[in-house]
Amino acid sequence: MIDEQVLDRTLHAALRAGGDFAEVFAEDRRASSARLDDGKVEELTSGRDRGAGIRVVRGETTGFAHTADLSEAGLQEAADAAAAAARGGEGTTNVVGLEHQAVTPPHEVLVLPESVEKARKVQMLARADDAARAEGDAIRQVSASYADSRRRILVANSDGLLAEDDQVRTRFFVQTVAVADTGMQTGMEAPGRTVGFELFDEVDPEEVARTSAKRALTMLRARPAPTGKLPVVLKKGAGGVLFHEACGHGLEADLVAKDASVFRGRAGEQVASPLVTLVDDGTLAREWGAYAIDDEGAPARNNVLIHDGVLTDYMWDLIRARKEGREQSGNGRRETYQHLPMVRMTNTYLLEGEDDPEEIVRQTPYGIYCAQLGGGQVNTATGDFVFGMTEAYLIENGEITEPVRAANLIGNGPETLRHVDAIGNDFGTWPGTCGKFGQGVPVSAGQPTLRVSELTIGGTAGE
Amino acid sequence: MSDAPSGELLDLGQRVAGAARAGEEVEAYVVRSRETEVRVFDGDVESLSMAGVEGVGVRVISDHRQGFAWAGSLETAVVDETLDEARDNAAFGEPDEWNGLPSPSDFEMVTPAPLDVWRESLLAVPPDDKVTLAIELERATRAADPRVRGVESAGYGDTAVEAAVASSLGVAATSRRTMCSCSSFSIAGEADETQTGYGFSVGRAFDDLDPADAARTAAERAVRLLGATKPRTQRLPVVLDPLVTRSLLAILGSALGGESMLKNRSMFVGRDGEQVAAPRVTLRDDPTLPEALGAASHDAEGVPTRPVDLIAGGVLFGFLHNTYTGRRSGAATTGSAVRGGFKSTPGVGARALYLEPGPLGPEEVLASVPAALYVQSVSGLHSGTNPVSGDFSVGAEGLMVRDGALAEPVREVTIASTLQRILLDVGEIGADLTWLPGGGAGLTLLVTEMTMSGE
Repeated sequence: MIDEQVLDRTLHAALRAGGDFAEVFAEDRRASSARLDDGKVEELTSGRDRGAGIRVVRGETTGFAHTADLSEAGLQEAADAAAAAARGGEGTTNVVGLEHQAVTPPHEVLVLPESVEKARKVQMLARADDAARAEGDAIRQVSASYADSRRRILVANSDGLLAEDDQVRTRFFVQTVAVADTGMQTGMEAPGRTVGFELFDEVDPEEVARTSAKRALTMLRARPAPTGKLPVVLKKGAGGVLFHEACGHGLEADLVAKDASVFRGRAGEQVASPLVTLVDDGTLAREWGAYAIDDEGAPARNNVLIHDGVLTDYMWDLIRARKEGREQSGNGRRETYQHLPMVRMTNTYLLEGEDDPEEIVRQTPYGIYCAQLGGGQVNTATGDFVFGMTEAYLIENGEITEPVRAANLIGNGPETLRHVDAIGNDFGTWPGTCGKFGQGVPVSAGQPTLRVSELTIGGTAGE
Repeated sequence: MSDAPSGELLDLGQRVAGAARAGEEVEAYVVRSRETEVRVFDGDVESLSMAGVEGVGVRVISDHRQGFAWAGSLETAVVDETLDEARDNAAFGEPDEWNGLPSPSDFEMVTPAPLDVWRESLLAVPPDDKVTLAIELERATRAADPRVRGVESAGYGDTAVEAAVASSLGVAATSRRTMCSCSSFSIAGEADETQTGYGFSVGRAFDDLDPADAARTAAERAVRLLGATKPRTQRLPVVLDPLVTRSLLAILGSALGGESMLKNRSMFVGRDGEQVAAPRVTLRDDPTLPEALGAASHDAEGVPTRPVDLIAGGVLFGFLHNTYTGRRSGAATTGSAVRGGFKSTPGVGARALYLEPGPLGPEEVLASVPAALYVQSVSGLHSGTNPVSGDFSVGAEGLMVRDGALAEPVREVTIASTLQRILLDVGEIGADLTWLPGGGAGLTLLVTEMTMSGE
């Protein structure tokens, strides 16, 4: 993307006025998407973005500037601006000669999106539309979209690191609206993987559409959710996002350092039920949050965060790891070259246990079976979280009975970890976009079917 | 980069639009922005970012088929390639008789509001002054109350955006605006208890900012939650903080957009002329108000903006439209096209949505109810509300209201109702209209009954 000698000269320029560290992050991103709504392919969109972000660290301060101009002059200008913005201590680091690092991709990408004809991408949408509508007359609206992106990145820094990665992602999304005299309900299904068009070798657009439609139709029969504290069984894959939000964020070293985490100073302590082992694994092949290197050039790793309930480690980016004099964990990510990196999750999941998922339900006299969670939010400083359930059922006498309407789950991260009292031997993941300080990055979250002995349900069924 | 009022951007847009072939409609949306962001931690600058972003989004419509392409660059070769790509993409869209760009004759009756929301002075503020403000904001947050034990994040940010829209049908509009803000997140409490509070200040020029007020608010909002407990589940009146009201209005605004209506994704579909809210409720989007932070003389298709009444006297009055949704629903554009930047086609949205304020100040609203829940902030708003069914269930923290005044804090509760009922249950509307970042305005709002789930 950029000549090695130009990178070297840019790094020298960035450190001309002193500094402890300098880095060039260059990115070339191409994306295409198509959307069908109301039975019609609305439009095909394609876009490209290319540029570089340069940071200079001096003492406690990071100076940052970015440019869409990848010529040597453009990079020099950004380097000068970043150097001027870094105004911490003195710093007299020299630039170490760049050495190209070999990277190990978590898996192979088979069919690059740009090699696929636009017509084939569009075709997937019509198939989904037909399949969703075939589920019943109550399905009134179908919205389907296809999106792919290819992101090539290059990281070069004053430590001599030079590494590149090529990240390809493809996602398919179907939302349906069902209408009956009980009202309108929506259903959503959106599989995505860090692969090219071969996504459709394993994801059938018709099946995605049917799942989405069934969800909306089910919710039409739903009655108001109960209110108050109840046991909640989370279906495999459905609840990963809860552990991502309520526990994962609190294990990010930057938040820990700022006293904004309930897990601060608790390494080595029992913070969860002994059934819980929580992992963040950027190497998990094909998953939505997988990559070869993070956006600071560090290789992705499989990091155990909580082992048998004991907090083992946090997740680290370059700045925090340097400060602590330890290795990076491959969790330094940024949305685009226009952003500074920070500690982010990749694929975060709870490991399987030994229980039969069906038995977990049978052993629950009364509670909620949650088959899909929507978005959520957590206050990492307090651990308090809220999640919307978008597909949930009552459990009565050990059996899944009626669907309940959308309601929030509310609780506290550390308490929830302690209240996990059964873990199944199955496993599922869910792709999503994680937001932190205004930056969104692709992640996945996963978990086996499991039960939390009590969570608060914010339903509308009265007292 | 020049500070000439977007003339260069308009020239570029017109060059693209001028390349339209026979039977084609071409529109270029060209943006350039400059941004500064300062983050401080522990009395030191953590990061200082300075950046310029520019890009173009091109729409091509031919035979009623629409194609779109964007690029994060204004280099001639890249812009030309973007037009070609948009043209190619148009071949894959299905024909839709309502696809089309606005023509100047669609809005010749509307005079653009003479807005001046650009402050040249902001561009001249030295970075050191911005850093000083952010450091002082963090210091003041810590100093505001002994129970504040830290500041999770404090910072300053500003942006100056220039945009131009040009089309082959003769639309040619430019706009530019500046905005700056500072904000602080305080952490309060002893080791086993933590509460956080957010404070901010926003304006168009540097001197508009009041960091002392942001620091005070951040500290107060955290400290007053200390000792929060989980109350018992009950139905009760709920008083919403202006920030919470604004978030609720944003959801209503989206359900009142022409796209949601046409696609049957709104609980307001087919309810025109019906009493959908308490008679005291008037909900309006007015981007021509200079005090609104989302003020704009033209929308994202270059159509002049105007005040739009959505609910008047509790009756559903109208929807927001861009050119497409206006034509297709037999109405007309209301100048409500919005874009999330140059990377997206125009959608529909409110820029300056507000509830017409009532007579009572915030204390008087509290005094009007003997017992209630005062909601300081909500979480899970997007997952917890369904603009189609109207289901509403969100996490909340705040304080109980007893004998008409704020009393003990509560945490880890949810409040639930439906959007339909919330609108009909609007009791008092505060007089404290406050324009907020993100477009709309908030005020203190009393909802006469909701379900609060706790123990």
